[in-house]
Amino acid sequence: MNEYNFAYLDEQTKRMIRRAILKGLAIPGYQVPFASREMPMPYGWGTGGVQVSAATLVPEDRMKVIDQGADDTTNAVSIRKFFERTAGVETTEETGRATLIQTRHRIPQAALTEDQILVYQVPIPEPLRFLEPRETETRKMHALEEYGLMHVKLYEDISQHGAIATAYAYPVKVEGRYVMDPSPIPKFDNPKMEMAAIQLFGAGREQRIYALPPWCEVVSLDFEDHPFEPSKAEHDCDLCGAGESYLDEVIVDDAGGRMFVCSDTDYCRGRRAAGHVGAQGVPFEEGAA
Amino acid sequence: MSISGTVKAGAMIEIEDVSKNFVLHNQGGAVIPVMAGASLSVGRGECVALTGASGAGKSTLMRMIYGNYLAASGRIVVGGVDVARAEPREILALRRETLGYVSQFLRVVPRVPTREVVAEPLLAVGVERGIAMARAEELLGRLNIPEGLWGLSPTTFSGGEQQRVNIARGFAHGYPAMLLDEPTASLDAANRETVLRLIEEAKMRGAAIVGIFHDEAARARVCDREIDVSVFTPKAA
Amino acid sequence: MTPLLQVRDVAKFYGPRVGCRDVSFDLYPGEVMGIVGESGSGKSTLLGCLAGHLAPDAGEVIFDTAVDGPRDTLMMSEPERRMLGRTDWAFVHQHARDGLRMGVSAGGNVGERLMAVGARHYGEIRSSAIDWLGRVEIAEDRVDDRPTAFSGGMQQRLQIARNLVTGPRLVFMDEPTGGLDVSVQARLLDLLRGLVREMGLSAIIVTHDLAVVRLLADRLMVMKDGHVVETGLTDQVLDDPQHGYTQLLVSSVLQV
Repeated sequence: MNEYNFAYLDEQTKRMIRRAILKGLAIPGYQVPFASREMPMPYGWGTGGVQVSAATLVPEDRMKVIDQGADDTTNAVSIRKFFERTAGVETTEETGRATLIQTRHRIPQAALTEDQILVYQVPIPEPLRFLEPRETETRKMHALEEYGLMHVKLYEDISQHGAIATAYAYPVKVEGRYVMDPSPIPKFDNPKMEMAAIQLFGAGREQRIYALPPWCEVVSLDFEDHPFEPSKAEHDCDLCGAGESYLDEVIVDDAGGRMFVCSDTDYCRGRRAAGHVGAQGVPFEEGAA
Repeated sequence: MSISGTVKAGAMIEIEDVSKNFVLHNQGGAVIPVMAGASLSVGRGECVALTGASGAGKSTLMRMIYGNYLAASGRIVVGGVDVARAEPREILALRRETLGYVSQFLRVVPRVPTREVVAEPLLAVGVERGIAMARAEELLGRLNIPEGLWGLSPTTFSGGEQQRVNIARGFAHGYPAMLLDEPTASLDAANRETVLRLIEEAKMRGAAIVGIFHDEAARARVCDREIDVSVFTPKAA
Repeated sequence: MTPLLQVRDVAKFYGPRVGCRDVSFDLYPGEVMGIVGESGSGKSTLLGCLAGHLAPDAGEVIFDTAVDGPRDTLMMSEPERRMLGRTDWAFVHQHARDGLRMGVSAGGNVGERLMAVGARHYGEIRSSAIDWLGRVEIAEDRVDDRPTAFSGGMQQRLQIARNLVTGPRLVFMDEPTGGLDVSVQARLLDLLRGLVREMGLSAIIVTHDLAVVRLLADRLMVMKDGHVVETGLTDQVLDDPQHGYTQLLVSSVLQV
């Protein structure tokens, strides 16, 4: 593969993105503008995450890509193939073996380590956007720490639904300073953002990069009388029996039949390989789906 | 009867050499002098009647004392404040605490109940609400306003009822100085008697009063002196 | 007594045109001042300069802050001035939609200022919001409705509740009754008068409606071509206007 520069982007672009990443790491939660490039995929397919990954990858990296926790969905497969072809890096589906993980809408179930980097694909980086559409105003609000509006959103949730109904992209405050959109991960994943790995967020269409260094304080916004609660389906995984893992609900027939399965496919496979069996599961066989 | 009052030490209302012109800028800058060299003094417990033909300047002088018209020159001292020079907030404080004015017309905000309208001057000086309301109801009762009307806005009342509400409001707070513009006009005998009693009570507690009374019998009964304001009318006009 | 607001020689130019100039006055606690004048007289420009929405080209606007005493608000940093705008100051816009979040419920609109100054108890925020809706005569069962479902008068009352909930000391109002029916205006004026007295508010009200200032304002400032032409006690200025322009203004009012 000599047609492309390593990891598709030219070195000048990668340097520009790396500067934005470093600035983001220096000011956790702050949205750093960057000159987002056209990528050979449409906006909304992870162009921001791909650019951040491209600027971060080195030839020795082992890359994993997940979409909603799964390694085998279209988006994940496409991006993995993209980097296999343009960077020639090794890829893996095993969380523990990966050095760089690009994700859409989930944090892997297994705890990450300080040797790993997690890259998020972000559709809308501005948490205040839906309440204050003017970018000039929201930037001023961040600059002046005027975050009353964020609680107005939560107030509206409670007044309409009796509880904070925001279940994903649940806003957080970073290191007591910037309010940040964690990308559309389920709020179940919010507490996991205080982790050993570096977390990088890329929004391609919106041209913003932001970041969390390891073990940054990340607090989910809430009210004293309506505290934040990470939630998941009240169920165990039907395949591997895990009780603490975030679950997807899968409709299996036209008669209302359904099952709950780990959204993190690698985590589920790992448990089944270790002999765990859920309510509808069958014993694990190497090579079987 | 004195023509121009002498300034007495400790007088509540002291007017010295006051003049007034109206300048009509939009009618060729016409200057209409309406008063010059007006002086008078009213002591505590004294009631002075302003007399003179219609247009002689009785109301103009009264409005200048209240700060409603601006004096061109001279001093108008009420309770130690020179109304001719005071800041708006000083005049407002004077009106709130010291100087009452019973005009001929009731001017109120729509929707405010009569009882509140009457109690307002008391509430404004910090009288406790219950006491203020009791005093308002007592006055409304004395002035024969039917109890059924107390909770309604006076804006829809008859002219006579509105006038009595206005009087009740004017006498609610015990002002040390009062201006009365035709307080007994068009009242029936019983209500006229009540108003004259209210004036006598105000004098008893030491209020200095300046009034305009066309009702000669009333004037004779409550006024200590008369001042003919036509003396202050500029001759050049 | 320290004035709440001391305005000194404030001027604002739009290129060669004068927005307003040489404006000076003191406003004392509890005072309500009306600014009247025709369209283009500079009254809204002046209000914008006082409230920190526009940067004057000259002058001082010294406000007696609750924390630090008198300070020139024009020399403050923007965060300080915006904080003032959420705490000690309030601004009631002519058009309620400029002062409200139309996509947020009535309760959320009132609660926003509380949350902006750190309130984090939903139950308490909601009960203050309901209390304030009551004080501006909006029924409790409308608390979760959006202002788009309200009449013009209700929207204006909601805007007032949203502004007063944090107990400001100085309220700027730009034509607060403009564009409302006469009967709705009367109700709003009555409400404002009551709130001003109960809360001991100071206020600066810009309007071209002389009936509004007669009811609400203690004192009056008359502007023409960016200058102040006359000031004084409201009833004195209206009943015995001294300046030719004021005389014209007063005599132009239609009698009902």
